[in-house]
Amino acid sequence: MKRIDDDPRHGPPAVEVRGLVKHYGETKALDGVDLDVREGTVLGVLGPNGAGKTTLVRCLSTLVEPDAGTATVAGYDVLSQPRQLRRVIGLTGQYASVDEKLSGWENLYMIGRLLDLSRRDARRRADEMLERFSLTEAARRPAMQYSGGMRRRLDLAASMIGRPAVLYLDEPTTGLDPRTRNEVWDEVRSMVADGVTVLLTTQYMEEAEQLAHELTVIDRGRVIAGGRVDELKAKVGGRTLQLRPSDPAQLTAMAAAIAAAGLDGVVGARAVPEEGQLYVPILSDEQLTAVVGLLGAQGFSLAHIGTHLPSLDEVFLAITGEKSAHDRPGRHDAHEQYEEAAV
Amino acid sequence: MSAVAVTAAEGRIGLRANLRHIGALVRRNALQIKADPQSMIDALLMPIVFTLLFVYVFGGSVGAFIGGGRDAYVNYVIPGLMAMMGLNVAMAVGTGMNEDFRKGVMDRFRTMPIARSSVLIAKIVVEMGRMLVATAILLGIGFLVGLEIKTSVLDLLAAVGLSMLFGASLMWIFILLGIAMKTAQAVQGIAMLVLMPLQFGSSIFTPTASMPGWLETFTEYNPLSNLADAARNLINGGPVAGSVWMTLGWAAAITVVTAPLAVARFRKKS
Repeated sequence: MKRIDDDPRHGPPAVEVRGLVKHYGETKALDGVDLDVREGTVLGVLGPNGAGKTTLVRCLSTLVEPDAGTATVAGYDVLSQPRQLRRVIGLTGQYASVDEKLSGWENLYMIGRLLDLSRRDARRRADEMLERFSLTEAARRPAMQYSGGMRRRLDLAASMIGRPAVLYLDEPTTGLDPRTRNEVWDEVRSMVADGVTVLLTTQYMEEAEQLAHELTVIDRGRVIAGGRVDELKAKVGGRTLQLRPSDPAQLTAMAAAIAAAGLDGVVGARAVPEEGQLYVPILSDEQLTAVVGLLGAQGFSLAHIGTHLPSLDEVFLAITGEKSAHDRPGRHDAHEQYEEAAV
Repeated sequence: MSAVAVTAAEGRIGLRANLRHIGALVRRNALQIKADPQSMIDALLMPIVFTLLFVYVFGGSVGAFIGGGRDAYVNYVIPGLMAMMGLNVAMAVGTGMNEDFRKGVMDRFRTMPIARSSVLIAKIVVEMGRMLVATAILLGIGFLVGLEIKTSVLDLLAAVGLSMLFGASLMWIFILLGIAMKTAQAVQGIAMLVLMPLQFGSSIFTPTASMPGWLETFTEYNPLSNLADAARNLINGGPVAGSVWMTLGWAAAITVVTAPLAVARFRKKS
């Protein structure tokens, strides 16, 4: 795997993980994980449920002690300097980690006080954060009454009160609708623009592509691929072009035509007669245009065109050559929801 | 990062910061009660219900037994109920703690630069407030049904203080249970199992002299008996030294053993 260390565009690592191991009985939640997050960048940790993403975040935020290996965050060791480490991190989990009975303002004020701000500063910071995360109107309402997206934003605001150097986002958009998900993405981008280093875990290729500079793919507690997003995309084939001919009988002829034309970099067109669709992996807009242009020029008639990003399954298929063995309920529903948004 | 020289002291949390953190968390727990006033109902109603129940159901017969009828029983049972309040409030702490854990907010606290014990201490401070309210109501209804302070206000306050102190030590046990067990229901189940024999196998409701020998021995070593006797003798007059020291001893022993266990468990919980 190509090391990001060689890349001169980025600073020193803010998070450095070497050989991290955490076993729960027979389950190897982390089985020797290495990764770096460069200062001021976003590292996406991509993997299915149960891959070890949450355990990784919990180790890095001192909630769980690793069995072996080392991890440092902003220069502090997770095992020997947990107190110092807690001063420089923020954590937003999959589940809103705010007190639901308290109002948004009270939550933020409390966190300010716990972070040793004076009463006045804590008040000011709470107001400031509510404003920034567009929660001013809901400031006095109990968080229990917030919508999913508002809760997630409050959670982010809570994590940002202490101006952390490193922010962990553990599946920040799981369970959110597409519009809310976009709001959260915008917030994350603005935090990164402020110079925060982010470690983001996600199940969605699209989320990783939107937010991350670099990607680490993990499965069953191990890193199975890593690198810059474009590198990984090239490896897994970027988008897939989905074509439906007006006449299903022409599927094979279309696939053959694409193969015969030998367009630059376009390989692996695949006809699926049961679905009446043709799938063509593409890496660029030019390739997409070329394929469609070619079919038009040869007189094929198309009823429908679409593109989609590779699903996690397809990423795994491309990287490991095997389907990820995780048959986990709920994942597909969430994924389909994302695809809808992408169309 | 190498420029940052890290010393162990840098991460230490000073006393003043610690108190500030506890204060912020006490505020949180108090606001929770304000947001959900129904959670106070047990503390408000229990003393009333228990007083009326015991005074009017058992008061006549037990009162005759101790000599002096129902009026004498009022002065017997109210100090006993004072001892019981602590146990009941403490039990609720366990289930509350357990529920807290299933929400992400505990994770946030545990990733913040605060002493992890401050979360637990804040809980205890607020619950002691709840106990104080329950005790005040108990005394109020007690006076209505004829409670007489035969000593002084200071002795009464001493009795209240002693039950609060003992109640606080019990909270550590239930916090430990709340952290260690998986569900709030399980905590409740275990708590009831421990609670009932301790509560009834004591001198809280009735003198122990009429109990069989083995049970009397049990009640003698039951800390709730010690506390009930101490509170009773403080209010009614009588020898207090023995039972007061026993109660203080129990409170100290329970706290010394369970508080560090609870904090350690809280720290390690993953």
